[in-house]
Amino acid sequence: MSWEIHVDRARCAGSGLCLAQVPAVFDQSEDDGKVLLNTPAPEPALAAAVRTAAGRCPSGAITLHETGPDAGGV
Amino acid sequence: MPSSTDTAVPVHTRRDRFDPAGELRLMAGGEPVTRIDGGPQAGDVPVWLVTGYAEVRQVLGDHRRFSTRRRFGARTAPDGPRPDELVGQLLDYDPPEHTRLRQFLTPEFTLRRMRRLEPGITALVTEHLDAMERSGPPADLMAAYASPVPGAALCQFIGVPRDDRADFLRRCHAFLAAGRGRRRRAAAGELLSRYIAALVARRREDPDDGFLGMLARDHGDRITDAELRGVCVLLVLAGLDNVSGMLGLGTLLLLGHPGQLALMRDDPAAVDGAVDELLRYLTVPHAPTPRTALEDVEVGGRLIRAGEHVVCSLPMANRDGALLAEPDRFDITREPAAHVAFGHGVHHCLGATMARMELRIAFPALLRRFPGLRLAVPESEVPFRVHALAHGVDRLPVTW
Repeated sequence: MSWEIHVDRARCAGSGLCLAQVPAVFDQSEDDGKVLLNTPAPEPALAAAVRTAAGRCPSGAITLHETGPDAGGV
Repeated sequence: MPSSTDTAVPVHTRRDRFDPAGELRLMAGGEPVTRIDGGPQAGDVPVWLVTGYAEVRQVLGDHRRFSTRRRFGARTAPDGPRPDELVGQLLDYDPPEHTRLRQFLTPEFTLRRMRRLEPGITALVTEHLDAMERSGPPADLMAAYASPVPGAALCQFIGVPRDDRADFLRRCHAFLAAGRGRRRRAAAGELLSRYIAALVARRREDPDDGFLGMLARDHGDRITDAELRGVCVLLVLAGLDNVSGMLGLGTLLLLGHPGQLALMRDDPAAVDGAVDELLRYLTVPHAPTPRTALEDVEVGGRLIRAGEHVVCSLPMANRDGALLAEPDRFDITREPAAHVAFGHGVHHCLGATMARMELRIAFPALLRRFPGLRLAVPESEVPFRVHALAHGVDRLPVTW
């Protein structure tokens, strides 16, 4: 199953927790302190870490979405 | 001696040592949302207490329907300009006003910037441990360490000149200790504001690398003096007693759990998780700014009507089984939980990364310096804070 990460920069509170947890996927802008995505579709090995980071995001700005023909939001 | 279960204390701030007070749990009685007596401030407007984890996240995450603009006791938004003492106080702002002001501040708190501050914080911690070691044992851990370390860190961060720091911190603590008495609080707030206003003027003229200097240099023409002043007052409100409360209360808790204390002292890999479990378990802020519903909203099966007020209990939410299993067990080896000790949503604590960093440095450094650290009085004699914005202990007599 393939999936994609969405980040809502309007919602992001700039805690940097995601960058601290999965620096391969998330970054934090030095201009506005908000989340940046290095890649929306990281390698499967990072799935668990990304899921945890999304769950701990203090503003609910990170969501995971399945991609493919029958995909809906997760 | 007053206890934090006194009925004069607002119910959502009541604690029983490390735990939310028993009557708070009883009152919630398994219901995530209950009506409470909002006290004289609320007038005849209904006030709801939200204690469920999912429900707290729902309210705090929904800034479109739950406003933080201060209007306690009124069903409608305040008319006219914001009162002077609330200008720059982000917690009184809703988006898009909030977004405009906060966007200048978040870059000052990024993970990378905090990592650059780390050596400075480590040096402050060492300095205070040296002084404590020279003058003891025994010592009051609050006066010698838990209170001055966040104080010095805040001064360094804002850019308060070294010679001014003692005076500035005296004004801060007088303001924080003034409690809810309106007149006393206003007078102490005025003394603090006056110093900060002078510092703002100075940093506009001569910007340094601190928070105020950077803001003045990077956004000086887009942010007013009153806003800069208000933002600094907010840092004082958020960055002192919350951190010192965590350090004092956390040390006391760890002293009662020697195995976990040893783990935090000896295993650097355990520290991050330990700090987040301490944050979750102790959750020193009682509640974020009360929200006001802007339209009718159903939360936890109850209908909150437009204009009604909502108080979210952060310590109760963090002890909800919906957040994690065995929520009343303190265990630093847990996977870090998605707790709400720093709030949730667009108002999530701006300084969370800084607070975590201070705690990650200060706890292990203390425990390593004094491996024989123990209480100097029976545990029952440690005075817990009452009527404070953040939970904690007033004094923590220790020896080693």
